[in-house]
Amino acid sequence: MRSVGTLTRADLAESINRRVGLSRADSLEMVEAILQHMSGALAEGENVKISGFGTFLLRDKAERIGRNPKTGVEVPITPRRVLTFRASQMLKDRISDGS
Amino acid sequence: MIRSELLQALAKDSPGLRAEEIERVVDVFFDEIAGRLADGGRVELRGFGAFSTRERDARKGRNPRTGESVDVPGKRVPYFKPGKEMRIRLNAE
Repeated sequence: MRSVGTLTRADLAESINRRVGLSRADSLEMVEAILQHMSGALAEGENVKISGFGTFLLRDKAERIGRNPKTGVEVPITPRRVLTFRASQMLKDRISDGS
Repeated sequence: MIRSELLQALAKDSPGLRAEEIERVVDVFFDEIAGRLADGGRVELRGFGAFSTRERDARKGRNPRTGESVDVPGKRVPYFKPGKEMRIRLNAE
């Protein structure tokens, strides 16, 4: 496996520019728009399922008792909604094959 | 929201683009993320979250039907950590 850096919004826009042929400005706008639509759906409590890639799944966690590890004091952990990602089989295969 | 609904939402935002172009954009977006993870890299989308991969050690598994012991090889699996803004947004009400 070769060591590679971190992919960012700018890199995604660059790839869209190169592979689809949109202008750089439009490409960056599309990257933002994709993220905003997905974030918006999640914020409204909707799961997001991208076939071939994976599912962003919301889970509601009940209140539970936690403990401050330093002081040992018990504190309630408030109920919250968390986001998990379940990769599609296609993505899992691609990553374990490294291609 | 599923992929086709994302495509529709994007089309509404970008009347100047053809449906095929939007489809290509979305394909490239997810393909580039997958490709970087397959190459062993990370993907950081500030505000949304970060994708990375984690090693899973080889382990002894068991065929649940026969009870037979099998070797499960080690592998790399995808991992996603939501960004701070995302976590706050999910819990805002």
